[in-house]
Amino acid sequence: MNSLIRNTARCLRSGAAVYIPRQADGRVWTSSARFLCAAADIQKALGDIVQKDKVVVFMKGTPAQPMCGFSNAVVQILRMHGVDDYASYNVLEDSELREGVKAFSNWPTIPQVYFSGEFVGGCDILLQMHQNGDMVEELKKLGISSSLLEAEKESK
Amino acid sequence: MAITADHIRDKLTKELAAVHVDVEDTSPNRCAASYKVLVVSSQFEGKSLLQRHRLVNTCLAEELKEIHAFEQKTLTPEQWEKQKAQ
Repeated sequence: MNSLIRNTARCLRSGAAVYIPRQADGRVWTSSARFLCAAADIQKALGDIVQKDKVVVFMKGTPAQPMCGFSNAVVQILRMHGVDDYASYNVLEDSELREGVKAFSNWPTIPQVYFSGEFVGGCDILLQMHQNGDMVEELKKLGISSSLLEAEKESK
Repeated sequence: MAITADHIRDKLTKELAAVHVDVEDTSPNRCAASYKVLVVSSQFEGKSLLQRHRLVNTCLAEELKEIHAFEQKTLTPEQWEKQKAQ
């Protein structure tokens, strides 16, 4: 597990995006689905989006093909905890979404993660939560049992 | 405004009363201005990770508009001492 973190960190440092074989499909924010143009509409749409699914990720690329080291790190962390069923939105597909989500969360960077409609943070925060055990706790609150917990139980 | 590592370091030190600030310019690894910072401040005491990061984001609000990628680590002086001892 730690080697995966180190490898991801290495990818972050080198700025390379790593291709990961398909896991989570995620809901995709398609242009055809977006019939709203006004900024205010995007804010309202985002309000609905983050409530609709337990885990929502705004990222660059998709879980199957992240286009940024930080977005990839988030995908990998969620995958390590066995969280495969989450909504993901690719901000590279839509510049208004990209700017809109930054305004909505009042957060300057992508990726952005929401748990039960509440903003959790970006890559740094998720990484620290993963390292200090908070991720398992937060997932438990969502009713998700982290697969790392299962692995730990088995190893005892 | 020219964003430099020094500028960022000074601003963080001043506005967050930081006892230690590391600013690494990670731009050479990426296509645009990117920074990685470590901030140690007692203002982080009792605050969640998110609250701490928001403090830093607010402090650098103007700069972040022009920075492409930003990583941050926020520690209290106590956490910083502990980390150094490891």
